[in-house]
Amino acid sequence: MSKVNIVEHELVPQHIVLSPEEEEVVLKKYNIDRNNLPLIKSTDPIIQELEEQLAEQSEDEGKVSLKGRIIKIIRNNSPAGEGVYYRYVIE
Amino acid sequence: MNEEDIMLFGPPKKIKEISFGVFSPENVRKVSVTTIIQADTYDDEGYPINGGLMDPKLGVIDPGLKCRTCNLKFGECQGHFGHIELSRPVIHVGYSKEIYDILKATCKECSRLLLTEERIEHYEEKLRQEGVRGSIRQSIISDVLSEAAKKKGVLKDSTCPHCGTDQLKVKFEKPTSYKEGDKKLTPSDIRERFEKITERDARLMGWNTEVSRPEWAILTVLPVAPVTVRPSITLESGIRSEDDLTHKLVDIIRINQRLRENLDAGAPQLIVEDLWELLQYHVTTYFDNEVSGVPPARHRSGRVLKTLTQRLKGKEGRFRNNLSGKRVDFSARTVISPDPNISINEVGVPDFIAMELTVPERVTSRNIERMRQIVLKGSNAYPGANYILRPDGKRKRVTDITSDILAEELEEGYTVERHLRDGDIVLFNRQPSLHRLSIMAHEVRVMPYKTFRLNLCVCPPYNADFDGDEMNMHVPQTEEAQAEARILMRVQEQIISPRFGEPVIGGSQDYLSGAYILTKRGTRFTRSQMDQMMYVSDIDAVLPEPAGEEDGKPYWTGKQVFSLLLPDDLNISYKSKICQKCDVCEYRDCKYDAYVLIEDGVLKTGVVDGATFKARSNCKLLDKLVKDYGTDVGRKFLDSVTRLILWSNALIGFTTGIDDEDLPKEALNLIEKVLTEGKDKVKRLIESYREGYLEPLPGRSERETLESRIMQALAEARDKAGTISERYLGMNRGAVVMAKTGAKGNMLDLTQMSAALGQMSVRGNRLHRGYAKRSLSSFDREDLSAASRGFVSSSYKQGLNPKEFFFHAMGGREGLVDTAVRTAQSGYMQRRLMNALQDLSVRYDGTVRTNDDIIVQFMYGEDGIDPAKSTYGKAVDIDWIVHKNIKAKKGA
Repeated sequence: MSKVNIVEHELVPQHIVLSPEEEEVVLKKYNIDRNNLPLIKSTDPIIQELEEQLAEQSEDEGKVSLKGRIIKIIRNNSPAGEGVYYRYVIE
Repeated sequence: MNEEDIMLFGPPKKIKEISFGVFSPENVRKVSVTTIIQADTYDDEGYPINGGLMDPKLGVIDPGLKCRTCNLKFGECQGHFGHIELSRPVIHVGYSKEIYDILKATCKECSRLLLTEERIEHYEEKLRQEGVRGSIRQSIISDVLSEAAKKKGVLKDSTCPHCGTDQLKVKFEKPTSYKEGDKKLTPSDIRERFEKITERDARLMGWNTEVSRPEWAILTVLPVAPVTVRPSITLESGIRSEDDLTHKLVDIIRINQRLRENLDAGAPQLIVEDLWELLQYHVTTYFDNEVSGVPPARHRSGRVLKTLTQRLKGKEGRFRNNLSGKRVDFSARTVISPDPNISINEVGVPDFIAMELTVPERVTSRNIERMRQIVLKGSNAYPGANYILRPDGKRKRVTDITSDILAEELEEGYTVERHLRDGDIVLFNRQPSLHRLSIMAHEVRVMPYKTFRLNLCVCPPYNADFDGDEMNMHVPQTEEAQAEARILMRVQEQIISPRFGEPVIGGSQDYLSGAYILTKRGTRFTRSQMDQMMYVSDIDAVLPEPAGEEDGKPYWTGKQVFSLLLPDDLNISYKSKICQKCDVCEYRDCKYDAYVLIEDGVLKTGVVDGATFKARSNCKLLDKLVKDYGTDVGRKFLDSVTRLILWSNALIGFTTGIDDEDLPKEALNLIEKVLTEGKDKVKRLIESYREGYLEPLPGRSERETLESRIMQALAEARDKAGTISERYLGMNRGAVVMAKTGAKGNMLDLTQMSAALGQMSVRGNRLHRGYAKRSLSSFDREDLSAASRGFVSSSYKQGLNPKEFFFHAMGGREGLVDTAVRTAQSGYMQRRLMNALQDLSVRYDGTVRTNDDIIVQFMYGEDGIDPAKSTYGKAVDIDWIVHKNIKAKKGA
């Protein structure tokens, strides 16, 4: 069975890895540190997928870990049209 | 906190943190005021025995005595702990699981954690990471424990990485015994092992060594609760009866003593072990008498003892019964009954209750004379007072004898606890309090008789009726509390529900049918009737010009009266509840008068009914009144309109009876024809199914297809019958008026009464269970016809035949069971949800966070809209705003 690309599935909201600078902006906006954010496990399929994609993009072959990073999630099924959510990746 | 306390203890301090730990033996001895060695309580003269379980050093339970330890009186002394030195250590049941975890994870020889130094460091690093949350911490610890436990006989390599000892498998025999291999581990063995556990290892296993060491989970010394915790009660006969805890402690001391004696005498191992086990049993049941695998300890009478755990646990336990909820003063409870003549803001309070409940009022230069009068009245006359409070805090009861002296004594600065009076604010509550609106603030209205009276419009939020419901009332005692209740909790502030901005307080039943009768075309009132109606409904307006004259006498229409209640600048139009939903709406020329048009506060066309002011519905007028003109206008409207309708109802009259469901012969024939057609269609469907012609629906079997087709056909037949009966049931019948205006019932109910009941069902299917392959024994097996599967073609009015009646009862029972199950399930779900969500709050930046600032939503509801301030869930009612602005422009 061929693998389903969950990133492209219509029911999976858009997940974006924030750059360290963007992370700072988010943390400052809510006046929190990353431990106050909702969590997502690095074993979550979407995180695994994102890690794979990043590994392909990076030059030096090797695993990329998103642990400790912040993921921005944009949902389109929110009552406000577009709902933004952030999650902190843990192991 | 009063001044005296501040002098003694200093200003109040904020609690920063609380740490929980396991009580160490040293600590037990340190807090203990005496060691308990005697298993007895009182001697023959009735004095407590020193060193016994009722040792006077443990506190006072008899009024008049002083504590031997702290010298305080009964009620002041909280009691003091004693202790029992156990002859042999025993397991604390509450920690038996944790003890097992540690036994599995540590070496039998060196007590080190069964992990390599590397793994230990790895886990330590994980735990060290900044800001590890509680739940993650817990999962790391359980990882440590389970990884270490793998060394115990699970893997081939089951040696300690530190000392190389082979490990044996540890077995836990609930609730308090452990086996290693085949050898039983005594609590002493376990304790010895635990003492050797290093601080580092203990921390990795989740023990904060600053406050708790693993070995403390095995008791060597048992704290004895103060006597104030287990008071003995003296019965009328003079016999003392001891608390369950005392009984249990007696058992413990007795066995402990025997064990000690046997040990000293060098008794054989077997006897010692037996006694040790018995001691373990008593200590276990002292903590928890409902441990599985242990027979509960019983009283002499055979009653199961209530020990420590039972005191705390469950609905009747200390937490839920005494801490989360407790009995309070200044409260009253009685039966409720309706009173349409009081405001929705008010509650009728029986005079005898008003004389029991009081409000503290401070005496000032401005009210001293009035307060004197009140005190002079005494506590047995209304309006009087029950107590006066001197500025030094001394409280004096007002009696008939002392009232004149106390009235004389009154000065500025005194406080008088006066009887409840009209206009006082009280909280009113009906259980179950599922709602914010289950507790609202009402203004007191003192009345004769014995029930609380409330306006019918506030029944929906409380879900109250008057079939014997009781409600509670609480009197706020400080000005702050009263002001808060008045501003935030008053009934009129709750007309709009916080759920999604729809009115929960409003008209129901007679008010709606009455409004229709009042405002329909042709309702006329004479001058004197107008005067009466305007007087009772408190209308402050000039009598409008009469609508016309009849027999030389002027008359007014119901629409005119109703218009008097509306603000002058109100412009609105909507379709009323009785709207027939014609294909082409004729608006103001509607032949049913169903198009409501209000221009500049005058009801031009249309009837007033459910669509105007029905509680818990999308009612157009009340909603706009409250939201655009404020809660005061909303309240006044409801107060007036209900009284007006009551009066007009009394003038015009309203009735319903079984003849409301009478249908002419032709209609009955038509209905019968339609039903027969339906049943014939079913027959044809069954035939084609039997012959195999039936085309199955996608995803269904032929049988399922048949069932659904039959259901469809019969529903259609019933609907047709309904339409026919509806055609003959006009608005001249009371029952129809009630259904159409939203007062009570619906057209389906009327159809069932006049035409046919239709298909009975259980779990959404036609009735088929009962006998083998048939619903009743009077049908053939496999008879799939309408009649055999619960189709009732009689109406309630015609009456049901026995078979139909039985089918009806089958369907009816399902409804009853459903409601019973639903309430139980939803109650439990509600409790769980409340517990889970109670600490979440919306912050000023729009985020939803827990009490330790962890974000749950980045924007409340993802759109930041407060549903309580929305209009039926929408942030803004654009149509209405546009409508209002167009009107404003036109006016300018």
